Amino acid sequence: MRINLVSVFVDDQRAALAFYTDILGFTKKHDIPLGDASWLTVVSPEAPDGAELLLEPAGHPAVKPYRDALVEDGIPLVQFAVDDVEAEHARLTALGVVFTQPPTDVGTVMMAVLDDTCGNLVQIVSPKSAG
Amino acid sequence: MNAVTTVFRALDDETRRVILDELSARDGQTLFEICSTLSTRHGLSSTRQAISQHLGVLEAAGLVVTEKRGRSKFHYFNPEPLAEIARRWPVGERSPE
Repeated sequence: MRINLVSVFVDDQRAALAFYTDILGFTKKHDIPLGDASWLTVVSPEAPDGAELLLEPAGHPAVKPYRDALVEDGIPLVQFAVDDVEAEHARLTALGVVFTQPPTDVGTVMMAVLDDTCGNLVQIVSPKSAG
Repeated sequence: MNAVTTVFRALDDETRRVILDELSARDGQTLFEICSTLSTRHGLSSTRQAISQHLGVLEAAGLVVTEKRGRSKFHYFNPEPLAEIARRWPVGERSPE
């Protein structure tokens, strides 16, 4: 068994696609019209055949209270690996991305948490640099 | 309980003192950040619910204030109740200088 797809609920699929590609740097994999929404996925350019992230419409009434409660407590819904959290924090901050948690040393990794502007918090991690 | 009692009771707990240490080192943290640093840096394995209750005690004592920024809630250290203790029992007057 392999993990090939995970999803995040997004307020607006087109805005989400722009954020996840233009800002975070993922690439669009599938964009298939499906009723009034799309089967919309992105992948990492470093792993185009790897796991896909589905940008799923947040229309279900259960989504808002669920996400509001998590975001209020600063809890991320998804995690991405980067080479260097500090460098990525600097790059994304310059692009206007808001972090709810700046780079934090948690022992084995550095981590930070950002707002994806589509209703979710996203955790980024990198291995701690030696020395 | 009067205000002074509330402050001393809030401080009478190691986890709550460590929370104040962490907030004075980096002010303005979410519950998630506080929980992750408590477990990874201090080996405190309290549940998120327990940490949330500790924060409630600190907030009731005026040692922590919260502010909603965007959609997330951030916790800040408020040293004012401690300053009142120092005003009542000043520490400087018996120092050699």
